[in-house]
Amino acid sequence: MLGRTANGLYWMFRYIERAENSARLIDAGLRMALTRSGATEGDWDGVLQSAGVRELYDEVHETLTSIDAIDFLLRDRANPSSVMSCIEAGRHNARMVRTALTRETWEATNECYLEMKAMLSRKARQTDMPEIIDAIKRRAGLIRGAFHGTMLRNEIFNFSRIGTFIERADNTARILDVKYYVLLPAVAAVGSSMDNVQWESILRSVSAHRAYGWVYDAELKPANIADFLISNGRMPRSLAYCYEKIASNLGYLEREYGERHEAHETADRTLAALRSRSITDIMDQGLHEYLEDFISQNNRLGQEISDGYRFN
Amino acid sequence: MVKNKGTTPLAFDEMMNADSSPRQPYSTYHEWYASQDRNRLITKSKDAENIFRKTGITFAVYGHADSSEKLIPFDLIPRIISGREWRKLAQGIEQRVIALNAFLDDIYHKQEIIRAGRVPRELIEKNVAFLPQMIGFRPPGGVYTHIVGTDIVRTGEDQFYVLEDNARTPSGVSYMLENRETMMQMFPELFHQNRVRPVENYPNLLRQSLASLAPPGCSGKPRVAVLTPGIYNSAYYEHAFLADMMGVELVEGSDLRVIDGKVKMRTTRGYEAIDVLYRRVDDDFLDPLTFRPESALGVPGIMDVYRAGNITIANAPGTGISDDKAIYSYMPEIVEFYTGRKPLLENVPTWRCSEPQSLKYVLEHLEELVVKEVHGSGGYGMLVGPTASKKERALFAEKLKARPTNYIAQPTLSLSTVPILVNKGIAPRHVDLRPYVLVSDKVQIIPGGLTRVALKAGSLVVNSSQGGGTKDTWVLED
Repeated sequence: MLGRTANGLYWMFRYIERAENSARLIDAGLRMALTRSGATEGDWDGVLQSAGVRELYDEVHETLTSIDAIDFLLRDRANPSSVMSCIEAGRHNARMVRTALTRETWEATNECYLEMKAMLSRKARQTDMPEIIDAIKRRAGLIRGAFHGTMLRNEIFNFSRIGTFIERADNTARILDVKYYVLLPAVAAVGSSMDNVQWESILRSVSAHRAYGWVYDAELKPANIADFLISNGRMPRSLAYCYEKIASNLGYLEREYGERHEAHETADRTLAALRSRSITDIMDQGLHEYLEDFISQNNRLGQEISDGYRFN
Repeated sequence: MVKNKGTTPLAFDEMMNADSSPRQPYSTYHEWYASQDRNRLITKSKDAENIFRKTGITFAVYGHADSSEKLIPFDLIPRIISGREWRKLAQGIEQRVIALNAFLDDIYHKQEIIRAGRVPRELIEKNVAFLPQMIGFRPPGGVYTHIVGTDIVRTGEDQFYVLEDNARTPSGVSYMLENRETMMQMFPELFHQNRVRPVENYPNLLRQSLASLAPPGCSGKPRVAVLTPGIYNSAYYEHAFLADMMGVELVEGSDLRVIDGKVKMRTTRGYEAIDVLYRRVDDDFLDPLTFRPESALGVPGIMDVYRAGNITIANAPGTGISDDKAIYSYMPEIVEFYTGRKPLLENVPTWRCSEPQSLKYVLEHLEELVVKEVHGSGGYGMLVGPTASKKERALFAEKLKARPTNYIAQPTLSLSTVPILVNKGIAPRHVDLRPYVLVSDKVQIIPGGLTRVALKAGSLVVNSSQGGGTKDTWVLED
């Protein structure tokens, strides 16, 4: 396969993943605004930070309002992580690697783009939001369905999956890092209803508020939330799960090519650490530092993959 | 001159006779059409558009920043050609394509046709499409034009003319394939009722044809790739489509590099050699070391690899000299010179404005002629005399006088019509035809091709960049 094609697949799936993540963050933000009357610019501040675009927002807007924040996250082309920017970039990459995709996968991607472009051609009204968020999730689901149902499990599949999980790991780590302080033991001891809202919003940002209850107690506990999102290998957005997938897809490539790169070492090392360290250990050592390390290590892995497989 | 806003009343309609009975090749189709509910057809027509949009069968129009991806309108009434008509066309096309290759081989070697005084020397050697780098070099298998799209127009029951020989990189074959696919999806019953010759094996034939002309330096199974200028090229969809259908890599210049005397592509496992390159990049951009130094679309050093016999480039560099509009006017001589026979297919009579006598005639008869740029394509920079305003003609006359060698002129042919579906039923529109030809050790002509149709009533311009559409084209088994 061409290095450029591997690069295109990797980014196509990173962008589609990111589009869905941005939509999920907006959803969590809207939910918070509903839960508390008169909420609140502060919540959107956190959402923008989770999306990693807080500073970019200030370059475009003078003040922080929920309407502007939603629009910025949803459809502003000046924001490369907005849902529309991501869908456009994902589809652009898909066109570039058209020959590597099944017709079903390409059409699902193209139709996602066509529908969202039409739907997001104007500033969205608050009342349209549920429909829009729904459409994004549905379209992303259709792409995923076409991809899983029709693609050969070969190197094309591996590079696509690696893109998905590098992006997802980054996203989950960022969400945790923005809110890490509400999970700290000292703060958690308070256990006010305010904290409950914050904790729930973390879970909602990764669509895990229901699943949490199935795995842990119904009662929200910071250590359990952190455990769920970091170490639980059954939670599909946890760091551990993402690295299981990254390592196994890199493993397929290693066997297929008979070649091992720096990326393999990094991924295996990270996975081993995720498996062995307990959540109390992580929290004792400092959650924030841990997450910062993780994010920069995850970026480095992306670069190592790009180098090892001659993306450019 | 007949001044008619609508379709020229004299135009030959391929579906309907003057007495409103269907012509023979259309009889089965016409019966089916008469039994159809018009609203259903209009709904189907919209379905077809959705299929095309969803599939992403788009082309880019240069100079339209906003509408960077456009659909080519598809009309669902097929253009039908009888087996007998097709045989006649196919023989003429084959003769012409053989002559084109012989001509190219000759002008890059002994130049006998020039020495025989049949084609003027300066027309060849001063032509920008003539590549001195090709002199004395014979491409693998002696084939210059691996893929040709011969543009044909019809003016009557038995009158066919060749309008253009597209011997560089003819485009549009993806539309031929997708149009057929769409028709079969929408109206399967029609393909039971009519015996339509298949076109869908084109990608296979193309791949086999390309692989059969692997260079001498290729050992083992030839590796074929399609070279595209990239995602922003107007025909990108087609490049990706063909690579996909052939099951070969779609590469860009930035993927390729000359290593150890071979052209290699950067893969996830390192550099791997390519043996046959179906390039959709113009000559000028192919090799910055040989041609335009600023080109980022090509591969530095590929021409050296080519000349050393380590890669096949399809079509060969320098083939443009054979489909140049100034050369076109010599095609009857060229065909006769190399095949020893009169051309089976006629040329459209052509005035070369470089010749003073012809220029005078053209200037005096602008209102009845079509004037084209010698190197133009896509319907840009041309004057359609009968439909142009007085002012447009006057302006064009000035351009013509300033640079006569840049133009040729042809009579406005009364192109045949085929009906298209309109809101009120059907209405005749002018069409042309581009059959696709593959050349290897044999000449293979795909039965049918791309029918382009001018969607505006009376318009003779069928180019997609100028508001033309396409139709599925059927060649019937006898």
